[in-house]
Amino acid sequence: MTTTTKPPPGERRQRTHRRRISLRLGRFEVKAAPYLFISPFFILFGIFGAFPIIFTVYVSMFDWTLLAGNQGFVGLDNFSRLLGDSLFWNALRNTFAMFIIATVPQLLLALMIANLLNRTLRARTMFRMGILAPYTTSLVAVGIVFGFIFAERYGLATYLLEMIGVGQFNWRNEQLPAWAAISIMVDWRWTGYNALIYLAAMQAIPRQLYEAAAIDGARRWRQFWTITVPLIKPTILFTVILSTIGGMQLFTEPLVFNYGRIQGGIGRESQTVAMYVYERTFGGTFHVGYGAAISLVLFLIIILVALVNFTLVRRSIRTAEG
Amino acid sequence: MRLSRHRTRSALAVAGVTALLVAACGGDDDSSDASGPDTEPAGDTDVDDATEEEPAGEQVTLVLQTFQDFGYDAALEEFERLHPNITVDHQRMGELRDFAPQLAQWLAAGSGAGDVVGLEEGILLGYIENPDAFHNLLELGADELDGVYLDWKWDRGITADGQLIALGTDVGGLAMCYRADLFEAAGLPSDRDDVAALWPTWDDYLAAGQQFRDSGVDAYWLDGAAGIPQPYVMQNSDVFFYSPDGEFIGDTNPVFREAWDFAVQLHEEDLTAGLTLWTEDWTAAFERSEFATRPCPSWMTGLIENWSGPDHAGLWDITTIPGGGGNWGGSYLGIPAQTEHPQEAYELAKFLTSPEGHLFAFDEVGAMPSSVAALEDPSFTSSTSGYFRDAPVGQIMAESVAGLEPIHLGALHQETWENIFEQALNRVDAGQQSSDDAFDQAVSEAQALQ
Repeated sequence: MTTTTKPPPGERRQRTHRRRISLRLGRFEVKAAPYLFISPFFILFGIFGAFPIIFTVYVSMFDWTLLAGNQGFVGLDNFSRLLGDSLFWNALRNTFAMFIIATVPQLLLALMIANLLNRTLRARTMFRMGILAPYTTSLVAVGIVFGFIFAERYGLATYLLEMIGVGQFNWRNEQLPAWAAISIMVDWRWTGYNALIYLAAMQAIPRQLYEAAAIDGARRWRQFWTITVPLIKPTILFTVILSTIGGMQLFTEPLVFNYGRIQGGIGRESQTVAMYVYERTFGGTFHVGYGAAISLVLFLIIILVALVNFTLVRRSIRTAEG
Repeated sequence: MRLSRHRTRSALAVAGVTALLVAACGGDDDSSDASGPDTEPAGDTDVDDATEEEPAGEQVTLVLQTFQDFGYDAALEEFERLHPNITVDHQRMGELRDFAPQLAQWLAAGSGAGDVVGLEEGILLGYIENPDAFHNLLELGADELDGVYLDWKWDRGITADGQLIALGTDVGGLAMCYRADLFEAAGLPSDRDDVAALWPTWDDYLAAGQQFRDSGVDAYWLDGAAGIPQPYVMQNSDVFFYSPDGEFIGDTNPVFREAWDFAVQLHEEDLTAGLTLWTEDWTAAFERSEFATRPCPSWMTGLIENWSGPDHAGLWDITTIPGGGGNWGGSYLGIPAQTEHPQEAYELAKFLTSPEGHLFAFDEVGAMPSSVAALEDPSFTSSTSGYFRDAPVGQIMAESVAGLEPIHLGALHQETWENIFEQALNRVDAGQQSSDDAFDQAVSEAQALQ
């Protein structure tokens, strides 16, 4: 660019000059270009990932409501208030309960389904696509349909259970039925998704292993536990962590199930921590500071639970390496 | 040794990845998203456009943000005809529960809110105690409007230090919807004037309920106990859960305790169906004729018609509520302090909340007016409902709000009632908790709110 403004010098000089510039540019390119190429991620992560986290930490130490604005620094008051907040502990209990009730059967079932679909079946592609269908359904539609199924008195579930003589459940206002109903919703939606991930991993296992095992006399069940499961262990760990995060942040299903009531049932029977964060932050008092403190604690809990689950699952699946 | 080092490292990796995923997945429930300065609301650009255009033709574009349906299409056409220099960009923001948090964020961030915004009465209570985000309408000339609206409606827009931050749009009123056919079957009078005479007070309502129960008709007297305290307290007290200086008095207000005990008595007398509002079972119960009475504001009559279905046309009727009057619901318009055109925005709000504006909205979506002149206007008072046996709904509703006295509610009223005490009463009604336990739990939850 600078060359055009200068009076035209000798051709050779110009060429060396250009070469020098392009050399310098080249060196700059070699050094900086890689950073430039990966910078979109870091810029986006900075804006949408790092900044919100840091700002949440910051806000959590202030008495800050959306209506009255920032009322000043309060240190760890929001956190100590949290310790004595029975509604938070209730939400945490619900979250854990639904996480366990929903996730454990969900992943086991997904594993079984994937194993079945891994065999040679008639209309295999149809089944494989079929199990993903719930995942593509709009969550709100799912919520409405399940709302009808689990309506207290005139719902389908009540009708069926009464037919077989089990009797009535108070689906929303009793803890266990509420947890179960929401877990069924979660499982209905996510089992197929996990099954498909498992199936993809299973297809990468060489056929010869099964053939060899069959020659050694191993039955299908034995093959499944000693070949399939250990070999897809990384995938299982991946789904465990994803389900942990998803389960601990459970929000939409219980919200829609409770007709949009952020309290989740008249006695908060199925309010999750994420719902409680929303309630405190965007309901009534608009207490952003307290909401930030709860989200931060939830964040730490998720990391902790993910680590525990990771270790547990890894220990319980034995592989050849140990 | 090597193995364990490998383990710690991968454990750390898991922790790191989890943190990233959590951050990436933590969408709407993350509070910091909300207050971050990078929120770029859609409404903003319109305001900017308007400011740029202003010097040229003095043409002003106002952004009006409302939730649900205020019924303003015809009114805005008329307003634009009267003010050729003003264009109104009417943004419908969907459901209140989505709009209210959005608005709070825009007001806190200082940009994004419209020039005129719709405020539901419960949401307004929070802004009354934190009015900085809104213009004091008295400074824009609103003192001329004193006396246009029902006293209590006007009063609720005024802060403790005398600022007026919102003008009334509609009100709900409160009457009693009842099933005339079930009344007849139980041997009770069914004509709406006779029914009104049957229950001038709540005690009379209880007595009529006992008679209904003893008649053996297969239905409850009312849907749920939780419908009672709100009208009861509004008729009999000038405070509800909070004293004018912001202190929680829900545990000591004798009128509220009286209302609570009365509601519990209805439950204990087996007069309530134990249903919770807005649940599938509640709406289904209308079609199944599960109960005979239900306090209903004007906006609920259309819903009852929907839920009960065409088979029940001419079976529902409507009459005055025990104790005489009441109100449930209604909205306001406020002008955020961040607007660039306060004077034009005031003109718009004034027009939409004038008797003329009220009647436009009444014609369009049946919104019940809150201005005295519109409430007395024949087009409103003569309105009837065919579904409710041609009941003069307009007249009954107008009477229900005419005699109401102003009551102090407080910023947290709606939260305290809907999410704490109403739910507590529902627990009692569903037989899950004793009255005293539910009340004590509600009191401690309400105290923790502050």
